[in-house]
Amino acid sequence: MSHDFPSAFGLVGTSSFTEFLNASGNESLVSRSTGSAASSGPANLEAPHGTTIVALVCGSGVVMAGDRRATMGNIIAQRDVQKVFESDALSVVGIAGTAGIAVELVHLFQVELEHYEKIEGTPLSLEGKANRLSSLLRANLGMAMQGLAVVPLFAGFDLAEERGRIFSYDVTGGRYEEHDFHAVGSGSTFARGSLKKLFRADADTDAAIRVALEALYDAADDDSATSGPDLARRIFPMVSVVTASGVETISEDRLAQEVEQMMAARLGRPDGPQASMNGGAS
Amino acid sequence: MSVPFYVSPEQIMKDKADFARKGIARGRSVVVVQCAQGVIFVAENPSKALHKISEIYDRIGFAAVGKYNEFENLRVAGIRLADLRGYSYDRSDVTGRSLANAYAQTLGSIFTETAKPYEVEIVVAEVGADESSDQMYRLTFDGSVADERGFVAMGGSAEAIEGAMSAAWQPNQDLETSLRQAVNALGQHGTDERRTLSPDDLEVAILDRTRPRRLFHRLEGDSLADLLQGPQAPA
Repeated sequence: MSHDFPSAFGLVGTSSFTEFLNASGNESLVSRSTGSAASSGPANLEAPHGTTIVALVCGSGVVMAGDRRATMGNIIAQRDVQKVFESDALSVVGIAGTAGIAVELVHLFQVELEHYEKIEGTPLSLEGKANRLSSLLRANLGMAMQGLAVVPLFAGFDLAEERGRIFSYDVTGGRYEEHDFHAVGSGSTFARGSLKKLFRADADTDAAIRVALEALYDAADDDSATSGPDLARRIFPMVSVVTASGVETISEDRLAQEVEQMMAARLGRPDGPQASMNGGAS
Repeated sequence: MSVPFYVSPEQIMKDKADFARKGIARGRSVVVVQCAQGVIFVAENPSKALHKISEIYDRIGFAAVGKYNEFENLRVAGIRLADLRGYSYDRSDVTGRSLANAYAQTLGSIFTETAKPYEVEIVVAEVGADESSDQMYRLTFDGSVADERGFVAMGGSAEAIEGAMSAAWQPNQDLETSLRQAVNALGQHGTDERRTLSPDDLEVAILDRTRPRRLFHRLEGDSLADLLQGPQAPA
C-alpha cells in the first residue's frame, strides 16, 4: 500500500470487505486455495481441532456456549481456547473444526460485518449476516475437502422479528435455520440429546445458561475431545447471551457459581437433571 | 488556424483553487471540537440519511463539507484503508496520521492532475487517552494538511465560526459545554444574522474515550436535545 489510494479504493457499489480485497489485489489475505495439494486427497497433517458448541433460544434472546478444548489427535492442544466470539453488537458465532482456519474465518466475518455497518451507516439484517457467513464458508470448500473443515454456529437477536435466532451450516456453506436449539462439533450428538430433554421455550436467561452448561457437561461426559469445567484451573465454558440490548459475555465469577451448583447437583446424580415423563424438565 | 491560449501555471492553480473554495463556501458548515470526554463532531445537516460525519475505525472519525459524492468517495476509501490495515496487521496499527497522509496524497494528486479539483474539505480526528494526545487533521482541496488543536471549523461560514469558537473554547471542558459552544458558533451565519439551531438541524457524533473499543457514537433524538438544553441554559 502506497500513500495514495489505488483505484480499487474508489470501487462503487460494494459494501463488502471481501469483495474489496479481491478487487484490490489483496485476495491472498483471504485465499483458501489449496494449490496443487487439492488433488492429492485428504491432508495428512494434524492441526488443532475445536470441539463442541451449543446454542438455545430463551425468552429474551439466545444463549451460546462452547467448551474450551482444542485437540490434535489424542493430544489436548489447548485447554482454554476461545470458540465463541462476538461477531457484532447483536450476534455471536461459535466454531467447531480446524482451529486455525476457524479463528481466521471469524476474524474476517467480524471485519465484514463492521465494514458494511460503517459504509452503509446501518447494520446488516440478521438474515443478511447469516448469508454472508455462508458465502465466506463456501470459499473454504477446497480446504474442507482436504479434511480442514470448519463448521460454525451463528446466533443473534433479530430486531425485526424481536426474537433470538440460530443458524447452522454445513461445510459447503449450506445454511439452515434451527428452531429452539442446536449443537455442533464432536460432542454435539450428546449435547443435542441433553438439550432435547432440558430445553424449555419459556426459560429465562439464567435457566438457559444452566441448560447450556448441562448440555456441555453431558457432551464432555461422553466425548473425549470435549472438556468439562476445569475447577482446579478455573477454566469454564465460554457463555454469551444476546438480547435486544446487545451481547453479554458471562463473567468468570458468575460461571464459577453456576458450575459449582451444577457440580454439587451432579454429585447426587452424575447423569444430571432428570427429565420428567409428563413433559418439562425436573 | 487558431493558436491555443497560453495560461500560466500560477493562473491555472489559482483558478482551480478559487473554483474549489467557491464550491465549499456554498455548503453548510461543520465544527469539530475537543472536550474532556473526547472529540465532538457537529454538522448542520437536516438530512438523517446523507451523513457528513462518519466512523472510520475504533478511535478515528471523519467529517466533511462540500460536494457529497466527492467526500463520500473519500470516506469509503478511508474505511477500506483502515479495515485493510487492521485486518492485515492489528487494530492498534490503524492510525489517524496514516489516514490523513493517504487523503492528502489523494487530494493533492487530484488537484494537480485533473481539470476539476475536489470541492471538499475534511477533518480526520483520532482520539487519544486524554485531550493532549488527541489528533485532528484538517485537509483541504489541494491536499494540504494542518494539525489542529482545540477546534476546527469548515464550510461556508468557517471564519465566523472560528471567531466564535476561539472566544469561547477552553481546554478540558465538559461535553455539554463544548457541544453548546459548537452549536452556538454554527448559528453565526453571515455577519449580523443569528440563528438558533434545533436538534433536528444537526448531525452530532462523539469519539468518546470512555467507551470500549469502537468509540464513535452518534448523539441523536432525546439524548441530543437533553445535552443541548440541559439544566444550565446556553450562554
